[in-house]
Amino acid sequence: MVSTPRPGRTLVARASTPEPEPARKATVGNLNFYYGEYHALKNITMPIYERRVTALIGPSGCGKSTLLRCFNRMHDLYPGNRYDGRIVFYPDDTNLLSPEVDPIEVRMRVSMVFQKPNPFPKSIYENVAYGLRVRGVKRRPALDEKVEEALRGAALWEEVKARLHESAFNLSGGQQQRLCIARALATEPEMLLFDEPTSALDPIATASIEELIARLKERITIFIVTHNMQQAARVSDYTAYMYLGELIEFGVTDDLFLNPANKQTEDYITGRFG
Amino acid sequence: MIETLLFCAALVSVAVTTGIVVILVKESLAFFEHVPLSQFLTDTQWTPLFSDAHYGILPLLSGTLVSSAVALAVAIPLGTIIAIYLSEFAPHALREIAKPFLELLGGVPTIVYGYFALLFVTPLLQALFPQLPGFNLLSAGLVMGIMIIPYVSSVSEDAMRAVPMSLREGSYAMGATRFQTALAVVTPAAFSGIAAAYILGISRAVGETMIVAVAAGMQPNFTWNPLEPAATITAYIVQVALGDLPHGSVAYQTIFAAGLTLALVTLFFNVLGHLLRKRFRQAY
Amino acid sequence: MDELRLRELRALITARKRWNVVFSALGVVALMVGILTFTTLFVDMLIDGLPRLSRDFFTAFPSRRPADAGILSAWVGSTLVMLVTAAFAVPLGVAAGVYLEEYAPRNWMTDLIEINVANLAGVPSIVYGLLALGLFVYQFGLGQSILAAGLTLGLLVLPVVIVATREAIRSIPGAIREGAYALGATPWQTTAHHILPYSLAGILTGVIIGMARAIGETAPLITIGALTFIAFLPTPPVSLDPPFLSFDWLMSPFTVMPIQMFNWTSRPEAAFHHNAAAAGLVLVVMTLSMNALAIYLRYLLRRRIRW
Repeated sequence: MVSTPRPGRTLVARASTPEPEPARKATVGNLNFYYGEYHALKNITMPIYERRVTALIGPSGCGKSTLLRCFNRMHDLYPGNRYDGRIVFYPDDTNLLSPEVDPIEVRMRVSMVFQKPNPFPKSIYENVAYGLRVRGVKRRPALDEKVEEALRGAALWEEVKARLHESAFNLSGGQQQRLCIARALATEPEMLLFDEPTSALDPIATASIEELIARLKERITIFIVTHNMQQAARVSDYTAYMYLGELIEFGVTDDLFLNPANKQTEDYITGRFG
Repeated sequence: MIETLLFCAALVSVAVTTGIVVILVKESLAFFEHVPLSQFLTDTQWTPLFSDAHYGILPLLSGTLVSSAVALAVAIPLGTIIAIYLSEFAPHALREIAKPFLELLGGVPTIVYGYFALLFVTPLLQALFPQLPGFNLLSAGLVMGIMIIPYVSSVSEDAMRAVPMSLREGSYAMGATRFQTALAVVTPAAFSGIAAAYILGISRAVGETMIVAVAAGMQPNFTWNPLEPAATITAYIVQVALGDLPHGSVAYQTIFAAGLTLALVTLFFNVLGHLLRKRFRQAY
Repeated sequence: MDELRLRELRALITARKRWNVVFSALGVVALMVGILTFTTLFVDMLIDGLPRLSRDFFTAFPSRRPADAGILSAWVGSTLVMLVTAAFAVPLGVAAGVYLEEYAPRNWMTDLIEINVANLAGVPSIVYGLLALGLFVYQFGLGQSILAAGLTLGLLVLPVVIVATREAIRSIPGAIREGAYALGATPWQTTAHHILPYSLAGILTGVIIGMARAIGETAPLITIGALTFIAFLPTPPVSLDPPFLSFDWLMSPFTVMPIQMFNWTSRPEAAFHHNAAAAGLVLVVMTLSMNALAIYLRYLLRRRIRW
């Protein structure tokens, strides 16, 4: 439960010196999305800054997961969905949502970590190597090297290095989620999507994942959906608040939480409604 | 009162199993008083109705094994491919048509399949292999294989559909194609269900009677060559039953000894399949 | 991502996506093998057998002369055997299914029964024939009769009916049961007035599938000694003279459609093969229509009932 922020008191011990606008990794432009007849996302425009963590918050059903899943064309897997608008990816200015762009190509550049850990029924090694094999990496030494790098990046290497060929299902929930992160990292994606990654985990595992995200952002752009406001405040540089399919407010995290420009945002943050 | 009646009805199933065990064992024991077990298991001739009678089960076993092997060589690859295709690739409308059709395929009486094997498939094969005899294990095995496809494909497909979507999403999110996802993620995830399907197919092949009785002939022949005629355990039982069976004669007892062998083999596979299916139901 | 890597990636993806097409084609081919076999079988029998199908074919007994032979004794025998099978398997199977779903406690006895039902479904049909031979024909002294045949096939079909009953009952939401109990109904009243009526369609589907299977069964009936050349009919069950109802037909020797087809197929003369094809056609049409009916019923069920 977050306490009502008071003017003058910072929520997190962080220097909130305003930075000049960083380089962008992507721009969402007038994005509308339809599940069949249902208008789920309404005219969303927002930036995604490179090598920063952007958080997406809002009450249940506001469309945050829907927006997230546009970035890796997950909606293409199910019939009846329709995109309208653009998500422009830099530096090549590709519109990720364009029907001429293959969803598989998008997914090879943008990886995702899901809410519930979903390791494959394979060994730990093969789980991490999966994305690499999909990209045609076959030689054992190359795979070994990248698998180790990814597992280190996910802070899992020390725990599993002695049992790489055991089943991934032998790991605990938190470890499985870190395995999924390693799996997503192994292919060096340009952007990493997190869909409520810690909602199925205990507090200790949650803390380790948050720590990991803080480290990862130095190398990679991160976009995270969370229904846990404190997590957004802890972990992200920029936050977007959504309500009923619309983007209500976007800004630097500290500013948004301490001094929300929009009354709706303030109501949500102060817990006036869930 | 009513509950007791219903309970008795349920007990009938136990009674049936007991009955099968008792009858088979009783008559087989009588058989083994005449014929030592060692001869039964090792003699390579099965000629109980001849004056120089031999009682080796090996020819019947080889007939059963070869015909089943041919059948499974057809049913397992085709059944698995169909299952993967229907579960992961086929459009919904096609699936809705194909599934009932496959059920119908499995509902054709086996004597009709036997007719087809003898009078259509064999002449067709003889055009390819002119030296193929009129009765042969190949023809019977191929048709049996087609008959078994629905068993393999429907259980495999159920297992694959039970794999949660989240696993597929994880694979697609890594940039995998539908084919890669189906082969590298869904199929291994459904493995125990698929194995149960295969075992079901094996059990069905081993227990099949009419197709082999009609198309492979009823002459026991210890061979591993599918281009030859041979009798399976089941075909032998039919052959004897078609003749006159003096109750209590050794000839009468032979069919129970053969039947016991068959029952043990299928029991083994059924139990294995059951355990595997329980495992795949628990996993999800 | 730079231009070069992007192009490499796109080439890789195109190559990989080709496999989707290849496998889809393979899947369709595999399905076609089944469809083609079925169509060929049906057409072949149609060509060979249709000319033989005439009123005479249905009203004549088998004969040594293929042109005169018919399936009268066979289809009458099939009908009578099916009557006994249904009369035996349906009440017993439904009762057992109801017991297992509504009354059975979770103990070793119930597990034993369930294991048995599961196991019996996988027993080869000829083993049922052996059981019947030893038990019904000799032990119980029923001889090689319609009664023995009906009981044999009834046992064969029993697991199908039990499983169908259980699944039909299981699909009824617990809320209905609870509602009945809350009004003070006994388990039997709940079953008779609520559970059974709702699950009837599902049970019926299973019974039809079971009967379709039984009609086509050959091996167990050959084993108990169904004869292949029967040139007479059993005493009819109902007649115009007293005592109006007769059960003599139960103990009569008999033949059934699949056995008649088997007999004709085994003859070397090609003319008999035409008879076999005709008989096969009748059999296939019968079993397929029953299966199709069951599938259709199941489809209706799924669409109509909205809990």
